[in-house]
Amino acid sequence: MSAALLRAEGVIAGYRPDSPILHGVSIEVHPGEVVTIIGPNGAGKSTLVKAIAGLVTVSVGSVRLAGSEIANLPAHRLPARGVAYVPQTENVFGSLTVHENLRVGAASVPRRAAAARFDAAYAVFPVLRERRDEKAHVLSGGQRQMLALARALVPEPELILLDEPTAGLAPRVAVEVLDLVRGLAARGVAVLMIEQNARAALGVSDRGYVLVEGRNRLQGEAAELAANADLGAVFLGRRRADAAPERA
Amino acid sequence: MFLQHVADGILSGAIISLGAIGLTLTMRILRFANFAHSELLTWGAYSALVFVGFFMAMDELIGGAFGGPIGPLSFGWALLVAAVLAGCLTAAVALLLDRLVFARLRGHAGHMTLVFASFGVALLVRNVILMGFGPDPFYYSNELQIAVRVGAVRVMPDQVFVLGLTAVLVVVLHLFMTRSRTGVHMRAVAENPSLARASGVDVDAIVRWTWIIGASGAAVAGVLYGLTVQLRPELGFSLILPLFAAAILGGTGSLYGAVIGGLVVGLSENLSVMVIPSSYKPAVPFLLILAVLYFRPRGLFGEPR
Repeated sequence: MSAALLRAEGVIAGYRPDSPILHGVSIEVHPGEVVTIIGPNGAGKSTLVKAIAGLVTVSVGSVRLAGSEIANLPAHRLPARGVAYVPQTENVFGSLTVHENLRVGAASVPRRAAAARFDAAYAVFPVLRERRDEKAHVLSGGQRQMLALARALVPEPELILLDEPTAGLAPRVAVEVLDLVRGLAARGVAVLMIEQNARAALGVSDRGYVLVEGRNRLQGEAAELAANADLGAVFLGRRRADAAPERA
Repeated sequence: MFLQHVADGILSGAIISLGAIGLTLTMRILRFANFAHSELLTWGAYSALVFVGFFMAMDELIGGAFGGPIGPLSFGWALLVAAVLAGCLTAAVALLLDRLVFARLRGHAGHMTLVFASFGVALLVRNVILMGFGPDPFYYSNELQIAVRVGAVRVMPDQVFVLGLTAVLVVVLHLFMTRSRTGVHMRAVAENPSLARASGVDVDAIVRWTWIIGASGAAVAGVLYGLTVQLRPELGFSLILPLFAAAILGGTGSLYGAVIGGLVVGLSENLSVMVIPSSYKPAVPFLLILAVLYFRPRGLFGEPR
């Protein structure tokens, strides 16, 4: 396997220094790979992604992107370094038009290159071109998710962090969004995704990690994780959280 | 008489609009009600007075080509240049106040702490001006103006200039907010600073731009207000309620809302004297704020998320 694009090691992080949510989490994501993080509520999945995105302080540990340390870099510098983040909720600017949303995504892109990036994003999501002058708050849930992905793609990231991209979507639309995620990987973009719908997410993923109470609990190939009989038990948090990580 | 009140209301509303634009931007992007904003109008007005005094002194040395009035207006090029410089100086003061006071509290202290800090800053700025210039009124120009008749109303040429300049500045700001990269980023930060930051927007730079635009707009509004009345240390304080009423009425964060809100406040104040004693005129913005908060809390142009 190729060298890791993202390598987080022993990450301890949280919203307050005296009460960390992550207790030494380690993960890897390789180029063009879809990796899903699953786990029960409160496992620290969103905190891990936010820590990688620079929105939560990493107090101990390292986060390396292509070998360069990015832990605790200001969040606004990460898109230029190749990391895009799409949060779970409020992931578009509703009062801005579709095109203005893409312009915000181009914040780290040189002005002369922006127009070509917008064309590339519209080529991936043609429906957005048709609605480019409409306010984002009038879009459907699926179109909003497309817009959030399109905005994340504008700086041509190497890694996209997705926090529950199918949350609140109708099952049919959720399948479409997961197909889009797979399509991103086909374009060479690595994806690190959190999903509550673990089975569906593992279905489009290459590998997965299971977090419980801020610690690595299981990791392995997506198909093996999906077939793991213990997954349900771990997902519900019944296993000892302080046990050493296992291979699926 | 009615039309005269309408004309006066539009003219005073234009100045309120200009001040309210800066206030509504800071309220939305910086996320607190900045009661020191009105004092930036006073600072701007007095800064321009200092620059005008300097230019007039220089003008005497170069033969008087710079200080004379422009056409029917009561002022000359000296005041226009002074207004630009006052805008720059007021923006610098706002950035300094942010660095010394608000930036230290932002992200750590609660919303109300910032509001009370702004009260303190307002008192400080007002009293610095009072100490420097004293309580007596000043005027930019001693030229006498004769009102001209436009249809059924009489207006001063200065008032027409104020209205025209306000319209131009609103159009320029509109183009800036919709066409420029920084303007779009400002609107993004106003709606969701965390998402904007994650999208690559330098939120700290946007905060600085917000102070620069808000403070320079306040300075120009202060100069225009000083043109139509007189300069006193309480100039800004007397506008604090109309400014907040305009910002709230228009919908916090809305450029056009602030413009319409300012005009509604100006018209309401001036028309109210037809039915209530003029001593009650300052209460009109209060009533407007109450009515808006009761019937449409997000204001006329508050945007859905």
